[in-house]
Amino acid sequence: MQTLNSSVYPQNTDARLAAAVREPVIAAHQLSHFFGHGHLRKQVLFDIDLEINAGEIVLMTGPSGSGKTTLLTLIGGLRSAQTGSLRVLGQELCGASADTLTLARRQNGYIFQAHNLHGSLTALQNVKMGLELHAHFSWTEMIDRSVQMLEHVGLGDRIDYYPDDLSGGQKQRVAIARALVSHPKIVLADEPTAALDSKSGRDVVNLMQMLAKEQGCTILLVTHDNRILDIADRIVNMEDGKLSPNSV
Amino acid sequence: MIGLIQQLQRRTPLGWLQLSRERSRLLVALSGIAFADVLMFLQLGFQAALYDSNTRLSSALQTDIVLLSPKARSTQNLSTFSRRRLYQALDIEGVESAEPFYSNTVAWKNPQTRKETTIQIIGFDPDYPALDLPEVNQQLEKIKLPDTVLFDRGSRGDYAEAIAQIERGEKVTTEVERRTITLDGLFTLGASFGADGLLITSDQNFLFLFPRREAGSVSLGLIQVAPGADPVQVAAMIDAHLPDDVRVLTHEEYIEFEKAFWTTESPIGFIFGIGTAMAFVVGIVLVYQVLSTDVNAHLKEYATFKAMGYRNSYLLMVVFEEAIVLAFLGFIPGFILPIFIYQLAANATALPIGMTVSRAIYVFILTVIMCAISGTIATRKLQSADPADMF
Repeated sequence: MQTLNSSVYPQNTDARLAAAVREPVIAAHQLSHFFGHGHLRKQVLFDIDLEINAGEIVLMTGPSGSGKTTLLTLIGGLRSAQTGSLRVLGQELCGASADTLTLARRQNGYIFQAHNLHGSLTALQNVKMGLELHAHFSWTEMIDRSVQMLEHVGLGDRIDYYPDDLSGGQKQRVAIARALVSHPKIVLADEPTAALDSKSGRDVVNLMQMLAKEQGCTILLVTHDNRILDIADRIVNMEDGKLSPNSV
Repeated sequence: MIGLIQQLQRRTPLGWLQLSRERSRLLVALSGIAFADVLMFLQLGFQAALYDSNTRLSSALQTDIVLLSPKARSTQNLSTFSRRRLYQALDIEGVESAEPFYSNTVAWKNPQTRKETTIQIIGFDPDYPALDLPEVNQQLEKIKLPDTVLFDRGSRGDYAEAIAQIERGEKVTTEVERRTITLDGLFTLGASFGADGLLITSDQNFLFLFPRREAGSVSLGLIQVAPGADPVQVAAMIDAHLPDDVRVLTHEEYIEFEKAFWTTESPIGFIFGIGTAMAFVVGIVLVYQVLSTDVNAHLKEYATFKAMGYRNSYLLMVVFEEAIVLAFLGFIPGFILPIFIYQLAANATALPIGMTVSRAIYVFILTVIMCAISGTIATRKLQSADPADMF
């Protein structure tokens, strides 16, 4: 297995170091969020304060409907933050324009509960979609990196398979390869093991941990799954829209 | 610009991959487009055949300048003017000859079925061939005989037996205006929307058939200009010389006049225009159905792409890519099928229907526009591909 060490990507290291010196990768202060309008308006996040430093693996747990996914989508730029302050990689996302959010998303690798692979694309093409966003890669570079990434997640012999022909665990591994192939600074994962059996779930989490350590990226992982709590550097707990720190 | 091409080169052809992966959906879309294309080709083909068939006789006239009555509307409805105008036209320098040309539609008995049907009959002096049809001009001696006519092999109707008899050299007789006439020769011009068929005879025979027509009332005047004279100039001089009870047109202008009649005065152009528009709309609906189904089926994937940082415009491009791919692929069967259907229609109707390059280009452009419109409507569905609501 080839090591994707940081010396191959010096520009990333510099940026990461600079960011680490300056401020946390993710910094939320007094972040609140509301759904609905008028008298249906309902607050789902209450004054969230959260700082995550570069290279940390943070797990967020909590019951269903507590607002975990909402916070994750705010940090990922999928939704526009409303009040308070949310700085991700030095960029203020509170009240940011749609275009700013779109560009901010490109900094993250997002892993969903479902694999969400494109059924008309092979594993390789799916992974390559994660690189096409970044204009500085040439075609051959994109292919090389995607193949390398798939080999890295142990699917080197499945690169031309369509998602329909892969098992659930394999699909989730392709999704991880897609999220990590562009070496994002932050990986956001929303219950990535929920649809998997315990062994595949464990493999997937180990894989994420390994790749994150190699690439030096920060992971925020929402989960219900007690079996994977051990990979965390820190665990935070969300309940009724309020965040409480949890001992590791 | 170079940046854009580079972007396209490194891009995964997502629209094409989506389409080619769903074979049945692709087939439905392609047959829908082909269906719309075939309809458009047929409508436009019939429309063109209408104009072509009705100008065939006008085009075949061997003349430089045509005199006609101001009341004339089409070759089947020419009205008459005085033959004196022809003699007067001879005064003009550059006019070589000015010959009368008689035309009428008449009910005749089909020689084969003995049923009455309408046919056009023309008469001219056999010593001055009025038509640029070698087949006719070789047989002009025949129509010098009384009550003898040449028959258009391309006439619409049950004439196969009669034509076979004439070809064997037998004389076929039938009845026109209570006179017995003999069909003694064949030529090929073809039926038109205005007349099912054509008979050619001499001016003398023509006047015998229509005793109430005076020799002095002619349908058209065919003027040949002297070698080296410019028909446009001569026509202008004749026009200035003659009173207003006669129109002077060059041969080209006369063909245009005929075309303009069928374009503006008949409802047929409008009908085929409506037909083409309907085919176009049907095509839009069919392609829209396929594209919106496809967008719906991939909504989750599209939301994922948005979550990864792809812009909405990227997804718009995917849908348009699909639309354009469909337009190109659907046009292939949509172009090939009509070639055979034209062949069938030409045999069945004796109309000059065939594929032309300009019509193919026209329909192709319509197909692309059709698919682009469908794509535009289908992209409205993309709005619901919002990753925040989906995950």
